[in-house]
Amino acid sequence: MTWARATLAARCLAAGGRDLGGLWLRARSGPARDTFLSALPPHVRIHPDIGEEALFGGLDLTETLRRGRTVSRDGLLANASLIVLTGADRCPPALAARLGQHLDAGGAPIVAVDEGDGDDLPPSALTERLGLFVTLDGIPLSDLVPVPSVTVNASSTVRVSSEAIAAITVAAATLGIGSLRPPRFALAAARAMARLGDRSTPSDDDLRDAVSLTLAHRAAPAPEDAPEPEPPPDAPQPQDADPADGGGTKGDRMVDAARAALPPGLLTALAAGRAQDASGTGAGAQKTNGTRGRPRPARPGAPSRGRIDTVATLRAAAPWQTIRRAAHPDDSRPVLIQPSDIRLRRFQQQTERLVIFVLDASGSAAMARLAEAKGAIELLLSDAYAARDHVAVVGFRGNGAQCLLAPTGSLTRAKRALAGLPGGGGTPLAAGLQMGVTFATQARRGARSPSLVLMTDGRANIATDGLPDRTRAMSEAQDACRLIAAASLPLLCVDTGTRPNRALRELADIAHARYLALPRAGAGALASAVLQ
Amino acid sequence: MTKVFPFTAIVGQDDMRRAMILTAVDPSIGGVLVMGDRGTGKSTAVRALAQLLPKIRMIEGCPVNSARARDVPDWADAVTGRAVTRPTPVVDLPLGASEDRVTGALDIERALTRGEKAFQPGLLAQANRGYLYIDEVNLLEDHIVDLLLDVAQSGENVVEREGLSIRHAARFVLVGSGNPEEGELRPQLLDRFGLMVDVTSPSDIDTRVEVIRRRDAFESDRTGFLRRWKDAETDLRGQIVAARKRLSKVATPDDALEDCARLCIALGSDGLRGELTLLKTARATAAFEGADEVTRDHITRVAAMALQHRLRRDPMDESGTATRVQRVVSETFGPAVAAAE
Repeated sequence: MTWARATLAARCLAAGGRDLGGLWLRARSGPARDTFLSALPPHVRIHPDIGEEALFGGLDLTETLRRGRTVSRDGLLANASLIVLTGADRCPPALAARLGQHLDAGGAPIVAVDEGDGDDLPPSALTERLGLFVTLDGIPLSDLVPVPSVTVNASSTVRVSSEAIAAITVAAATLGIGSLRPPRFALAAARAMARLGDRSTPSDDDLRDAVSLTLAHRAAPAPEDAPEPEPPPDAPQPQDADPADGGGTKGDRMVDAARAALPPGLLTALAAGRAQDASGTGAGAQKTNGTRGRPRPARPGAPSRGRIDTVATLRAAAPWQTIRRAAHPDDSRPVLIQPSDIRLRRFQQQTERLVIFVLDASGSAAMARLAEAKGAIELLLSDAYAARDHVAVVGFRGNGAQCLLAPTGSLTRAKRALAGLPGGGGTPLAAGLQMGVTFATQARRGARSPSLVLMTDGRANIATDGLPDRTRAMSEAQDACRLIAAASLPLLCVDTGTRPNRALRELADIAHARYLALPRAGAGALASAVLQ
Repeated sequence: MTKVFPFTAIVGQDDMRRAMILTAVDPSIGGVLVMGDRGTGKSTAVRALAQLLPKIRMIEGCPVNSARARDVPDWADAVTGRAVTRPTPVVDLPLGASEDRVTGALDIERALTRGEKAFQPGLLAQANRGYLYIDEVNLLEDHIVDLLLDVAQSGENVVEREGLSIRHAARFVLVGSGNPEEGELRPQLLDRFGLMVDVTSPSDIDTRVEVIRRRDAFESDRTGFLRRWKDAETDLRGQIVAARKRLSKVATPDDALEDCARLCIALGSDGLRGELTLLKTARATAAFEGADEVTRDHITRVAAMALQHRLRRDPMDESGTATRVQRVVSETFGPAVAAAE
């Protein structure tokens, strides 16, 4: 994306206002981002850890106590005309849901500043409702010119022809966008573009710009650069749709514009990220001491840091009443409370479990075992909600390991990922284990408790560099197992060979793992072994 | 939120619309779960339905929307006692809402400033006699889910905390929506929803264009748009009101009862709730369509929405559960009925 396009988006937001929902800004910190943000109209900055009261308003406790009458405070959302959410990639699902409601109710637009790379996307509940997309990565410093301020009459009416509406809708469908919000955003953007150029109806260029800023990033990758050839189920032929007025060709041109708007690499990355999105926005792990979970004893703290435990607060204030009354005989309040009395509620949350399956999909592993593994994963997932379990699957075959299923609690997603699991080739055991360990450490950082399940016949024959070397493959696998032991990651080794394999047993010992030879395992037996 | 998109102007999504209408005819069916893609107009439909329904009479200022002065809870103050008419309440239960906000809690302001022990009602109180809408219901915290299950079962919200002992009526139609790709719904909650429908983005281009056109027309000129749809809204409202009146008079022949039982046995659906919901939904359909009695046709048409979420999960079955219901329906009643459907 060029600087000119990025700033066009900023001006479009200023001219389009609430109909556009907002802007998803994907950019690392740096001069480009600073210049971009400084070009925005006056705005309020919020961050993902912001408290509910700060956002939506509530009781101003300090003032209330001081004056002895209720003093409430407006939230930041109440009077802002534009909100900038920094660190949007760390936005918890609950906040995303609340901001989504705010946008649905026609609230002030939100600029979500996303510093994530690749996998860490802001929750889709939020990005779905932000019309525009801007990425600033790769813009040279020399291109940064100040953004002219926008003075348009945001309420001036712009008429969009019925054909243009049809063309935009067709373009969205052709790009594989299922949701019907994006075409509405494209329409709003077209109106904003027209306003910027002081036109009463959007020009063809306006329409193209609007589509490329609102639809391009949501597009499914074009067939040639698609990682999996999964055609969007609802991409009809534009020609069938609107043959009479040439809307189809107009739609085509917009599709081209949208495709040209972003480098293909980014499009693929976003689409891949979209596929993994569930792990980010799903019932993700929350840090302890949050605002939910099982209650723990109250602790002193500032009211802005959490929810007040009223009873504990009053209890803390009680012993001081006589002294305070003596010091302030004129105070008419029935209870004299000072900020130091405030007690906050604390909560403890059960951490979620993440079971990472490391599956041998090589030629030596019988395909029947793969079917059992699939069955076990699905059985585990169908109980996932109750147990708050998440599941990830790493497969290894040929000359490397591959993430088949990013951590998810979704049965739907797991089924789809597993249905297409291919088999055959060599056994790069160490590569599989390494990827499993990577997943596990990531999960720990996200406050989940990971455990690994390795399913293989243990006949490793491909080294981590992808070359066939039986000895090196085995010693690297042993290294990976030492890593597992050192990190004290729980591991279950399931021997899927027709006869138990001593080498695998040794690997399990190195990793301090449980070893399970399953000569005749069914999906049910396997699932219960994992749950033990 | 004075002008919401009219229910009758929603394009397509027939199952979702039908399910919502049926719960409006008979709220005891127990709510609707709408699962599917984003941007398919789930929340638009809920809001539109509430706007479509006849206004309710309630006591002004009553925190639980009581119909009669003697139903106003004794802890409520600032109640004038005057009867007013208000639109059916729709309350959003946001993800991450605290338990205090849902059930209500000690009124901190009054406790601190006046030393009084007073109750501050929560979202469940606001939703009484209306709709409780939960978007992304599958991501809801476990303890809030448990709480909702209790209240939905008893129709009463009981708050016993911080020295308070409060109970108030909380009867509402639960409407949940979510995207199955983001996580599973706990089985107890799944079973609690009377009906479940799947929504997908419309795949044919004409429908999609029509959705955007209507939406655009609405945004550009809300008043004019509402005027154009006024007659359709009035008609549908009349139909729902008539169906509510007729509901108790719709006969349920023994054959229909037997059909429901046979279907549920064939599907192996757990418990009797499925059977009861199936019957209620079929009866509401009959009432809505002006029929005198429940027929097999009514039952087969609502079987999928009443039963699909109550089946035992079969991880190996790739087809959707709705398809499974339809298959069993045609096996049980013979292919002729299914074909006519």
